[in-house]
Formats: sequence, structure tokens, C-alpha cells
Amino acid sequence: MNEILSPAVERIQQQFKAQTSEFRGEVTLLISADANVEAATVLRDEFAFDMLSVVTAVDYCPQTNPRFHLVYIFYSTANHAYLNVRVPLDGDAPTIRTLETVYPSANWREREVWDLFGIRFEGHSDLRRLLMPPDWEGHPLRKDYPLGYEEVQFTFNFDEIDIRKPKGVL
Amino acid sequence: MREIQEFTLEELKHHLSEKAFSGQTVVLNMGPQHPSTHGVLRLILELDGEIIVNCIPDVGYLHTGIEKTMESKTYQKAEVLVDRMDYMYAMGNTLVYSLAVEKLIGLQPPPRAEAIRVILTELSRIQSHLLWLGTSALDLAAQSTFLYTMRERELILDIFELVSGARMMTTFIRPGGLWRDVPVQFEKMVRDFTKVMPKRMAEYESMLTRNPLFLDRTKGIGKIDTRTCLAYDVTGPTLRASGLAHDVRKSNPYSGYDLYDFDIPTQSEGDVYARYLVRMEEMRQSVRIIEQAMDKLPYGPVRDPNYKYVPPPRSEIGVSMEALIHHFKLWTEGFIPPKGAVYTAVESPRGEMGVFMESNGTPKPYRVHYRTPSGPLLHALPVIAKGHFVADMIGIIGSIDIVLGDCDR
Repeated sequence: MNEILSPAVERIQQQFKAQTSEFRGEVTLLISADANVEAATVLRDEFAFDMLSVVTAVDYCPQTNPRFHLVYIFYSTANHAYLNVRVPLDGDAPTIRTLETVYPSANWREREVWDLFGIRFEGHSDLRRLLMPPDWEGHPLRKDYPLGYEEVQFTFNFDEIDIRKPKGVL
Repeated sequence: MREIQEFTLEELKHHLSEKAFSGQTVVLNMGPQHPSTHGVLRLILELDGEIIVNCIPDVGYLHTGIEKTMESKTYQKAEVLVDRMDYMYAMGNTLVYSLAVEKLIGLQPPPRAEAIRVILTELSRIQSHLLWLGTSALDLAAQSTFLYTMRERELILDIFELVSGARMMTTFIRPGGLWRDVPVQFEKMVRDFTKVMPKRMAEYESMLTRNPLFLDRTKGIGKIDTRTCLAYDVTGPTLRASGLAHDVRKSNPYSGYDLYDFDIPTQSEGDVYARYLVRMEEMRQSVRIIEQAMDKLPYGPVRDPNYKYVPPPRSEIGVSMEALIHHFKLWTEGFIPPKGAVYTAVESPRGEMGVFMESNGTPKPYRVHYRTPSGPLLHALPVIAKGHFVADMIGIIGSIDIVLGDCDR
């Protein structure tokens, strides 16, 4: 770990009881879901992480505890440093507070995560689907979402296929 | 049969002013098939006369589920898909993918491969900027520029065709190096291009830089400041035109960019004209980088010799049993990187393009996420466009240079 990241990592570790891991020179902090906004505020205001480069998720289905990892990657234009922060989320319909108030760019990123993973963001000003059509059912990037090999629903056989579709889990 | 749902004004009311409901302003749909939106972008505009009061970008028309499809392919097969995201910077998409796989495994491509990667991605940047210049000038009614820029873009596409056999979807840069070495004609074609390009740049500038009609349509239009850029995660020429010299090639150099001498052009105004000037200068700097890379292009292999991950050359397969086994294993089962997640980024013509890749110790990537520059640009578009005329919207969309395949993936 280099000298730029270590003060930020130590501070987050102490204040939010984060676990640290390192892989290929990248530092990842694992924090709990109730500390995400506070940790992001500390990183932005005290350690000059002025950009939120990535918000995405990883689905570990069928594991449920945690089922998802929400991944934030912060970037500091002053120090040219990236910091990965991961938040484990339990259950099939998790919720977490939005980072929109700290980083406005989180707005679209979180819409995308909601659209594709079904993770709800509390306090989000505009939680609509971003990429899929507004009337889409299910969240495609979840691991239990089928990858093709389904019957195609046309207008003439829509209801017939709809009855046979698995309900609830997606 | 379900009815197809559309947005209602009620659903979008947090984006619109109250006047939209009393009928004092008009809500107008622009796109997704409007020729000046540079792809399938739909904008919902609230207009007071000709003035844009609110703008709601609606994306997703080009969503192809590439990230989902990649999870079911081996690392080599998944790479072919990434060309199709930012189709104007296909070389860079495969470069950032290869860098991520290399970081995951710990491969080091040989110096010749790195130099050729730099040359090809810089050519790709010029090619993308040329298309941007042609089409955005066309939107502002400068028709002849388009014909000029297409002429030079053709030279670059010919080079891509020479090295890879394809003009746009090249998949030439592979994890561990390149698909193959470049043919002998490559050097002459690139030299010819770098020789002719500065003269052609002067031609474009003579048509636009001091053209009063062009200045009227671009100066003071679509301003965005550095603070807003950072808040909305806007990178690339749009950020540099607002005054911050941030470029991944300088801040986190990859593929040996630290070996080359080049400048990061910046402007302070942050308007459409500043973005034009920044991109024009970037093309000059790219030519500079290509010339330096050609001058010190080393000889040697173009692939890492670790055959557990990188396919052995075809010539070895006929004579070496080991090579045959490696070839068979790689193209049936694929290779298995260690467990872990990495993030790598490159500078695309539009900004920082990064890839987050997680491996779970199987031959297929567990999760690949592309952090693309066009998304934040479109997110910031309402901030840039508010208060301008509808006609200026065309210039603004052209100036932020979005690629919808890049945004929607």
C-alpha cells in the first residue's frame, strides 16, 4: 500500500471497522451497509477523493449472506489514486442509502444498479430504470436471471408463455 | 397481452417545472431517431418558446446486455464482444480488457506489443476525433469539413484493415500481447499518415477556427465548470476544456505512455469552442506520440511466452506436442486466472474508460463492468443545456462527443 492511500485506509478502518484486503496492488475496504454515506463523505472531504468512478455490484447467488457486494471505486484527481470500497448486502431485495447527496454522479450509476441488480437505494431522487424498458420485469444481471434458451414471447403467444414463467424470485 | 408502457408526465414531474402541467411550456420529444443525436438517444425537452427549461435524457435504446453475455463466455471469447461497445474506439476497448486480464493473471506483454498498442490506440483516437469533427461541424451546417475528415479517417481504417483484417471491430489487441505481428507495409502506411496529417489539420482549422459562423454557434455555448465536471464524473476533453489537465495516460500511465513526450491540452472556458480546440490539439499530440513510438519501435516477439494463458504461435503447433496441448486446452477450456477483482482504466477519446473485472477461479469472468465515459456526459447534459436554444442543443450534443453504444453497453 502506498503512502497516499494508507492514511485514508487507516481512518476508514478505525472509524467504520472496515476490513482491508490487497490484490495486485489494489486496496479494497469492506465496510458495512449502514456506513456508506459517512465513509464516502470522509473520503471526499478529508482525503480529496473527488470522483466516484464506479458504482456496480456483484451477485454471489445462491449464497444469500451476503448475496451482493456493492462496489464503489473512488478516484482522487489530486493524488491520482483509486480506492475500492465494497459493501456486502444480504437477501434477495436489499436496500442501501444513496450516495447521490455526496456525489451527484451516483444518480445514474445507482439507477443502473437498481435496473440490472434490483438493489434499492433509499433516498434516491429518481429511481427509474436506466437501460431496460420501464415495464421490464426482473433484473438481468442477477445470476438467477436466465441467459437465453427461453421461448420468445410474441403478441400471439404472450399469455400462454406468461403463465409458465417462474414468478417471484426475479 | 400487456400494453406497452410509456413514461407519463406524472412520472417525470420531479424533472419538469409546474408550467409544463399548466400548458405554459411545451414538452417535446427529440429522438431516438433524430439524426443529430449521434445514435439512438432520446431527449425529453421542456421548452419555453425556443429556450430549454429542462432536459431529460432517456438512454438504453442500444442496450445489448454485453456484460451479461460475457459472464457465459471464456475470457478469449468475451473479448470479441467488447469491440461493439464504444465502436469508435474498438482498439481501446480491447486494450482495457486485455490490461485487466493481464493484471488479474500477472502477464507482461513484450515491449514491441506495447509500442504497437500505443500506435494503434492513438490512431483510433484520431479516427474517433475525425468523425466527431466531421459530424459535429455538419450539425452546425459546415458541410465540407465532413468530406475532408472522412478522407483522413479512411487512411486510418486502411491501417486497421491491414493489421487485423477488419476496419472497425478489430479484436487485434489480446491478453498477453497482440493477435500477431504487424505486416511490413505497416510502417510505411503509418509514416505516410503522420506526414500528411499536420497539413490536413491546418485545412480543417482554416475552415472552422476563425469562421465567424462557427464561432457564433460555439463560443459561450454549453458551458460547464471543473467542479460540476468532477461532481458528475465527467472526464476526457470535456473536463480538460474546463481547465483541469486530467488524463489517464499521464496520471496512471499504461502500455508505456510514460516513455513518450506529449502535452495535455487544456482550455479554461468550458464551452463548445473550448472542447473543439482541445480535441484539435489532442489530434496533434496523438500524431506526436505515434511518431515517437514509430521511431523507437523495438523488434522482438509480440506475445507473452506464458503458454498457460497466451496461445502459442501457429508455427509451433506442427512441431511441438506441448504447443498443441496448450492450443487445445486454451481454445476448449480457456485459461483460469486467480480469484480476485481488479480495475484498470485507459483514456478513451471521450474520457476515462475503465473495466472492473472479477474472477472466481473459473475460465469465465464472474463479473465484467465497463465504466464508460459517455454515461456521465449524458448525465451532465441537462446541466450543460439548460437555458440554451434548441438549436444550440445540437451543437452541445456534438461537442460532448457521445457514443451510445458506449453508454448503453
